[in-house]
Amino acid sequence: MDQPDELLELLCENARYSTGDLARLTGRTEAEVEATIDELEAEGVIQGYTAIVDWDEIDDQRVQAHVELNVTLDRETSYRDVAERLAGFPEVQGLRLVSGDYDFALEVEGDNMREVSRFISDKVAPLPEITQTVTHYIMETYKQSGHRFDDGGDDDRLSVTP
Amino acid sequence: MTLGPSDRVAEVPPSGIRRFFELAEEMDDVISLGVGEPDFSAPWGAREAAITSLERGQTSYTANRGMRELREEIARDARRWNLEYDPDDEILVTAGASEALDIAFRALVNPGDSVAVAQPCYVSYKPGVTFAGGEVIDVPTRVEDEFKLTPEVLYEAGADEADLLVYCFPNNPTGATMNREELAEIAQFCRANDVAVLSDEIYADLTYEGDHVSIAEFDGMRERTVVFNGFSKAYAMTGLRLGYAMGPSEVIAAMNRIHQYTMLSAPTTAQYAAIEALRNCREDVEEMCAQYNRRRNFVLSRFEEMGIDCFEATGAFYVFPECPGDDAEQFAEDLLEAEQVAMVPGNAFGEGADGHLRASYATGLDELKEAMDRLERFVS
Repeated sequence: MDQPDELLELLCENARYSTGDLARLTGRTEAEVEATIDELEAEGVIQGYTAIVDWDEIDDQRVQAHVELNVTLDRETSYRDVAERLAGFPEVQGLRLVSGDYDFALEVEGDNMREVSRFISDKVAPLPEITQTVTHYIMETYKQSGHRFDDGGDDDRLSVTP
Repeated sequence: MTLGPSDRVAEVPPSGIRRFFELAEEMDDVISLGVGEPDFSAPWGAREAAITSLERGQTSYTANRGMRELREEIARDARRWNLEYDPDDEILVTAGASEALDIAFRALVNPGDSVAVAQPCYVSYKPGVTFAGGEVIDVPTRVEDEFKLTPEVLYEAGADEADLLVYCFPNNPTGATMNREELAEIAQFCRANDVAVLSDEIYADLTYEGDHVSIAEFDGMRERTVVFNGFSKAYAMTGLRLGYAMGPSEVIAAMNRIHQYTMLSAPTTAQYAAIEALRNCREDVEEMCAQYNRRRNFVLSRFEEMGIDCFEATGAFYVFPECPGDDAEQFAEDLLEAEQVAMVPGNAFGEGADGHLRASYATGLDELKEAMDRLERFVS
């Protein structure tokens, strides 16, 4: 596979670039670009494509929360086992094992605050391995996956300069 | 006396870009490929250093030649191009490379001296020579040489009689670059004909094929060359107005004589930003450079698909296609009128540029794509 990094960078910037544009941008042929992307997908390097949405713009009431989880493990139960159980819930949008004061960082999404609270108290907290949960509701998103939610400022350059 | 411009000023026509700028400014929804500055902001680290310097109240003049710390960083950075200059007396920090060029003309040119100006070129070289009382020798480069400077075009223009030669590579407006072999021939020409060189290397970092080479690194050239560079292009700091000149100490001293009586010192806030830029912002430059390169690939591919002839420009952030119409000025105006896409007619940049257009790709990719689609619609 020749230099997939640049293609990955471009796809992270905008997954909707056409293969034609990706070819033009990287100086490769469309067939080469397609083959490389196929390979990256097959190898699991590219896990999927998604849109970055500012839900506030369409008055969607959905609620997102960042949840800190502490767990206790035993000989039969590993982090991976706990992660398997948590990742199965559709409410869980993101799940990471992190270093520091807590073990898992969860991203949870629901239609409203009550739904998210219920999910944490009814589904997550009762799991025998969970010792503590701290829920932080997201109040405002400014930047996500490298994209700023404001337009980053207008182009204030003069239209023609030497 | 009645107030009025001196003969010297009256002799210089207003910039050819001006009229086009006024046309473009009047229109809505214009996608401009006519901008000669980066679309990025200066690296955050550099901006933050500028803010911190203001918070600390560092708002006084600096040494005429620029802060010692900055000159040391410039000297260190220049070693990337195999150039060795003493920060004590061989580097002068100026308000943009444009100031450095202006004072170089004034410091080096006697009335009647002739200055060969390689063209097409940045719009201020010829006026700079005229303001200094010099005579311009036009040296048009040729599309068949991909707008590189060659001994042949120099001799043809009579530049062997010149006292000074001024050029810019990577070039604005063509995007042409010069490699080591090609520059060696120019160095040979300059030594053989005793011509000194003002080498504008403001776009040095934006070189996409191979490494940038400075003529000052060749044998016998350091003592007859002044190198100009700055922070406007690579570090996207145009508005901070900071450039520099590097050359033999007696030339830098002469330039500093004018600088100390006119500018006193380059903007202090910008100097703090520049120190940080040179120390810690290389990655930002490389990232911007990678993005320019992708856009360059994109634009060149699109031109090829449209059947527009364009040599493969390898530097700066310009491409210089041949105009699909007979008259580039008319074409640029019609394109602006019909599709609201601004490209600058080549002849705004001097001789040798007729029938060409300058397209700047210092514009976000989405806009660039849209501009190419509009251009395609216009030419088909």
